[in-house]
Formats: sequence, structure tokens, C-alpha cells
Amino acid sequence: MEQQLIPHLFRAEYHKIVTVLCRHLGIEHLDEAEDIAAETFLSALESWPYKGVPPNPIAWLYAVAKNKTRNFQNRSQTYSHRIAPELKGDMNVTETDLDLTDQNIKDSQLQMLFALCHPSIPVESQIGLSLRILCGFGIEEIANGFLTGKDVINKRLFRAKEKLREAKVQIEMPSESAMTQRLETVLTTIYLVFNEGYYSESNDEVIRESFCHEAMRLIRLLLDNDSTNQPEVNALYALMCFHASRFKARKGQNGDMILHADQNESLWDVELISQGADYLNRASTGSKLSKYHLEAGIAYWHTKKEDTKEKWDSILQLYNKLLIISYSPVAALNRTFALSKVKGVTIAIEEAEKLKLSDNHFYHVLLAELYSLINRRKAVDHLMTASTLAKTKSDKELIQKKIQLLKTRD
Amino acid sequence: MEEYALIMRHEDGKKVASPEQIQEWMKQTMDWIGGIAAQDKFVSGTGLPFDDSRVVHHNKLVTNGPFGDIKETIGGLIVVKAKSVDEAVEFAKGCPVLHGDGNTVEVRRIAKDDGIH
Repeated sequence: MEQQLIPHLFRAEYHKIVTVLCRHLGIEHLDEAEDIAAETFLSALESWPYKGVPPNPIAWLYAVAKNKTRNFQNRSQTYSHRIAPELKGDMNVTETDLDLTDQNIKDSQLQMLFALCHPSIPVESQIGLSLRILCGFGIEEIANGFLTGKDVINKRLFRAKEKLREAKVQIEMPSESAMTQRLETVLTTIYLVFNEGYYSESNDEVIRESFCHEAMRLIRLLLDNDSTNQPEVNALYALMCFHASRFKARKGQNGDMILHADQNESLWDVELISQGADYLNRASTGSKLSKYHLEAGIAYWHTKKEDTKEKWDSILQLYNKLLIISYSPVAALNRTFALSKVKGVTIAIEEAEKLKLSDNHFYHVLLAELYSLINRRKAVDHLMTASTLAKTKSDKELIQKKIQLLKTRD
Repeated sequence: MEEYALIMRHEDGKKVASPEQIQEWMKQTMDWIGGIAAQDKFVSGTGLPFDDSRVVHHNKLVTNGPFGDIKETIGGLIVVKAKSVDEAVEFAKGCPVLHGDGNTVEVRRIAKDDGIH
């Protein structure tokens, strides 16, 4: 039994113990916090098979973690007493127990989120650290999610921890005046964690979805706290609900991707869609219109499969506003697609050609889509270009499928 | 890359439009600006509503709105990035204000804050 129980508990509890420990010991002891948490689970692995699973396994783990922390502190205190007796501050360190109550776990995780997503740390490292420390993913899982090697992730995490120590980042909530800016960094990182799971090329479907679920859990931490329960946080959560509602529908029988227009909408998760709508409503307060509001608005319209004038009118206007506050090639291409639905393909093709994105394979996929009804030859040409520009196998396969479809269409 | 202001001028600011008309213009304007933003050439924009506007004259006389003696009124302006004035002019040609007879869009390069221009 413990064979399944311990990995399950590891996933659920490891990150809580590390976070609380690290807040207790200070960010400079992040490595030690990880060691103590890992040793705690090692003790369970050693003891449970012989002595049996304790009646309350979580309480057992917490008790062991507390003991190990106390030992660590005693050791380092003895050390500092002998080596640095002149440091009076250290003499007075009172030994407090590790507080593993629900409330303190939540508070610590929230504060840790702000510490790890500190502007002084490269965003790539923020993502890695968050996945490791706040979500408890293993190095190998993170490497699989990013389609890279364990060495790369290890190096990245090592450097990130160094940065944290150098920058003397405090594990605390930002001041009220700094909140807006700091929250923006945190949201960017969580959104990237979600996207890593949602769009990653990795075949590890389980890891990908759990990246998304963990990102959503981190947003819920923010929603549960009054100072961080801001409109844009609700908007981002709504956006994630809408995206996540399509998990089942976008997977083909052979694990291949099914594009939105071809999805069987009966597989969309209506519960998540209505949750998304609920959070989007809650986001509609205040005067700030964030890009998450606009993206969630677009995702909301995409939960309606039926093409109506109202739908595409609204999507076009939302993309206009999104591009005004935050340009991205993807948004520019999607706007042009919406434009074709509202004003017709001829106008859309004209606008597409102004985008100067001809080295982007999605640009050629878009043009092929626009040309497919009026000039099949040109559509195929664009798909051929797209196929040479596409970097991943699954993208190339999707494009080849489209070419076949176009060629065989009457 | 230079920055240019595209200043939208209405020939007659006294014309009153219906809410539906205003909404349609808003949409057209947003489509125009969205097209520029999709090329990553949009910098900023300001709408200038006619209500609550005043004109201060040289003798410090204050009159209501930009109407009366002044024939043309400014409806708003946007700032775009462009390699040349010609590219900025191409953006200006798409402005829906130009649907109105007598309306204009003035294209002006923005001075750089380098002490020379």
C-alpha cells in the first residue's frame, strides 16, 4: 500500500514542507530545506514498510520534518556558538517549532510565490523554481515538460538559487505600493507555467496537464488572499478555466492534436466553462483592463462553437484592444483570422500581407486558410512554405494533413 | 524608426451623431488602430470628446467648445511608429474619419527629445 501512498503524499506534501521550512529558515537555506524535506520522505520509505503506515501519515511526516528541523537548527546553532560567539544575535535565537498548520502553509506558499517570482530573477528561472519548490515537480519531470535534459534544469535551478541568495530576496508579501507591479510578475510566471503545460511539445500528457493544474492551484492561492484577489487575477483564472475545459476534446485517439474548429464540443468540460464565466464576471470590476481580461474574453467566445456575427465582431474588437496594449505575432495572426470572418477574406489577405511575419509558419497556415476558398493553388503553396518553416514534427504532420485535404477536395 | 502623430480633424464639430452612429465609428476606428497595432506600429492614442471642452482666447476670454470661430476641430490623435513619412501616410489613409467629406488627417513627425530636433 505504501508503494502508492508515498509518491502520492510526496506530490501533495513535499512542496508544503519545503515552503514552510524555507520561510522558517530563510531563503539562504533553500537547499537545506529541500534536503530536510527529502530526508523526511526517505524516513517514511525506510520505516513504513516495516512498522506499518502510521494512522495519520501526514501528521507523521510533519512530526518528522519538525524533528529534523530542530536538529538542523541545534547543529547550526552549536556551530555558530563555537565559531562566532561574538555574534550576540545568534545566542538569542529562540527555538520555535515548525508551524505546519493549514493557514501557515497557505501564507508561506503565497509569500514564497512572491519571493521566487522576484523581478531580479530571470523569468526562466522563476518558472523552474516555482515548478520545483511550489509544485514539487521532480527534476526529470520538469526536464520532460520542457523537452530538455536534467542537466539543463539542474544548472538552471542552481543559478536561480544563487540569484535568490545574491539578491537577498525576502520571503514576505510585497508592500501595498509595490503590489501591482509584483503581482504582474507573478501572473506572468504562472501564465507561462500554464502555457508550458498547454502548448508544450512534450508527449508526456500527464506532466503537461499537471503543469496546468498546478498553475491553476497557484492562482487559487492568490484568489484566496484579500490583497491579491485582484480583477486581473480573476481574469487569468477564467482564461485558464476556458482553456482547460478543452483538455479532453483536443486529444485524438493516437495522442495527436485536434484543432479547435474540428473538436467534438460534447467533450468540452461544461463545468469548467461555467466556472470560467463566473470568474470573468468577478474580474469585471475596477478600471484596469488587463490583457488577461481580453484573452479571457476571446477564450469565452471560443467556448461557443456556433459561428455568429456577434461572436466574430466581439472577437475582432477584443483582439484590437489586446494588440493595442500588448503586441504579439500570435495575436496579430489571430486578429487577421477574426477580420476575415467579419469583413471577408479579401480584406483579411490584404491586412495579413502587411504583418511582415513571413518567417513564421503560422503566418503561412493563416494565409492558406484565407486562400483555401478562393485560390487553392496559392493555399497549397503557403502550406508547403509553412511545412518547411515548422520546427516540430507534430506541426509538420498537421500541415501535411491540410495539404492532403486541400488536394483531394472537390 | 520615427514616431508620427496622426491628427484627425473634423470639418464641422457641431454635427450631432446618434449613439448607434458613434458606436459604429468607434468600431471602425478600433479596426483601423487594431490593424496598425497588428503590425506592431502603434504607440499611443487619445480620443478627444467634444463635451466639456473650452477654448481660451488670447485675451483670456473663455468660450465653450472648439466651435464657433474655429472651423475645424480635432477629434483625436494617435501616435504610430513608421520608417518614413510615407509609411505614416499609408496608415493615415485607412483612418475612418476620412469617410466624412472635408475631414482630414494631419501627419506630423514627433520631435525627438535629443536637444537637436
